[in-house]
Amino acid sequence: MKIKRTNGEIIFGVVNTAFMVVMAFVTLYPLWHVLMASFSVPTRIMAHRGLLFWTLGFSNEAYVQVFKHPLLVRSYMNTIFYVLVGTGINMVMTFHGAYVLSRRNVYFKKHIMIMITITMFVSGGLVPNYLLISDLGMLNTPWAILLPGAIGTYNMVMMRTYFQGIPYELEESARIDGATDIRILYQIILPVSTPIIAVIALYYGVGHWNSWFNAMIYLTDRNLFPIQLVLREILIQGSMDALEDTAINSSWKAVEETLKYATIIVATVPILCVYPFLQKYFDKGVLVGALKG
Amino acid sequence: MAKTSTSPGTKAKSESVLMVRLKDHFKMIRRDIHVNKHIYLIALPMIIYYIIFKYVPMYGIQIAFKDYNLIKGISASPWVGFKHFIKFVNSYYFVRVVKNTFMISFYGTLFAFPAPIIFALLLNEIRSTKFRRTVQTITYMPHFVSTVVVCGMIHMFCASDGFLGVAVANLLGTEAKNLLMNPKYFRTIYILSDIWKNIGWNSILYIAAILGIDQAQYEAAVIDGAGKFAQAIYVTIPGIMPTVIIKLIFRMGEMMDVGFEKVFLLYNEATWQVSDVISTYTYREGLLNMNYSYSSAVSLFNTVINFVLLWTTNFISRKVSETSLF
Repeated sequence: MKIKRTNGEIIFGVVNTAFMVVMAFVTLYPLWHVLMASFSVPTRIMAHRGLLFWTLGFSNEAYVQVFKHPLLVRSYMNTIFYVLVGTGINMVMTFHGAYVLSRRNVYFKKHIMIMITITMFVSGGLVPNYLLISDLGMLNTPWAILLPGAIGTYNMVMMRTYFQGIPYELEESARIDGATDIRILYQIILPVSTPIIAVIALYYGVGHWNSWFNAMIYLTDRNLFPIQLVLREILIQGSMDALEDTAINSSWKAVEETLKYATIIVATVPILCVYPFLQKYFDKGVLVGALKG
Repeated sequence: MAKTSTSPGTKAKSESVLMVRLKDHFKMIRRDIHVNKHIYLIALPMIIYYIIFKYVPMYGIQIAFKDYNLIKGISASPWVGFKHFIKFVNSYYFVRVVKNTFMISFYGTLFAFPAPIIFALLLNEIRSTKFRRTVQTITYMPHFVSTVVVCGMIHMFCASDGFLGVAVANLLGTEAKNLLMNPKYFRTIYILSDIWKNIGWNSILYIAAILGIDQAQYEAAVIDGAGKFAQAIYVTIPGIMPTVIIKLIFRMGEMMDVGFEKVFLLYNEATWQVSDVISTYTYREGLLNMNYSYSSAVSLFNTVINFVLLWTTNFISRKVSETSLF
């Protein structure tokens, strides 16, 4: 049955569609601007004012310099290291923790749960955390980046909720056959949990990729800096000196103006390439957490 | 147990009953540990993590009531009571940072909070599934762009030669200036960029809530002669209300909790009068000026306010709408 649309509804439909097109444009434009600027000729970008819809001339020199610059390459490698190892630690800790919290008939589970819930509302704060890392001797080591956030409580609770939704019959038969909890975890729970594992790994991965604050307060050795922290120096503090320190030659100086655009693209594109593939999982993942409230 | 008579015989008896109970309890726990030994083994790293990285810093909160001395350490530093709290409340910064934190949050709740809800409602009215999906995918994207990059772009675009800086200057007919240096624009920039980054991502939840509404309700509304607008007002909006309220409780609980990162990346001394918030002040005092105890006191003050706010809104919401977090 097709219901006839009133004039008002048709007009609304057109306006609404137009609004969505504008939304999409406004969302995309800033990154488009950066992308176009990164491939432009530096001197022309310098003189340019206003919107930018296409490259001004063409030059890929900025990208060549990004991949040649010691500090930029170094920090990019560091970021990849933090993402891979950090997310690995996150997943091992979160996966096992969530399993414990999803078990039935575990006497101390409620105590553990209370202990964890408290930390969602109370935290030590900046200085006590800093003193802890300092006392542990982790200042200026990669551990300061990798360990303090090893478990995201919210992510763990989300994963627990997923585990609780797995039909009990699945593991019951294994239990009758004498499987231990550990075997059940790896051979039954793990294989059916790929969607939640993918989503949570993405959350952690994006978190590590984009993080800079811990690096700023815990690291002074520039060789350990992640790319975001170097980006902060270039973009926010507006200082290209950050690059000067370690530059062997100053060929990047010629492309100074477009170099920052290219760095943004290089630091942002990997993540933007990953997320659409996982999009089908998001809606589920976000929902599970939300329902738990 | 406490009300039993106090004659010696009964007392001994009740004590022994207690002993038996305790013994049973311990037996039960021993069995539990035996049966679940693998579970506890798996739990061990998690427990150690929470103790070291969450509870040890909580123990460190006490420096807010002490004069922390680097050499003496946390435990041996002398107690000073509420000295640092009093100093903060009486300081010039108190009004400034509390007011700024509140104002940014308030405008955020006013504009950035409803934005994804309205967006979800409008998106729901788009008929073409393909177009709707495309818009969704596009608007999710900024959520994955790092705060540093977002703020970096703001710096570039709002500069005197950036397109936003130029556009505002043209609009006002003045000379182009860096918008970030003008206190008038700080909150606007902060909140608009917040909407840009999060509107798509935050709308996922509301879109899911809309999809969860029973279709029979719409059919009933159509039979009653409701058009599209009436359906939105009488079916869709009431249908997502519980989700909105839960989110609003969270939001209220975070009213005095403006995140550090974005403010820190966007502010400068020229705009401090409107942009300096509790978290940035805590950072400057704590890690830059090394006033460890004072900074901890400011941060604890903030934590307590947040907790009270969360608890209060939760309480009110439970009374008014029967929707609550805990």
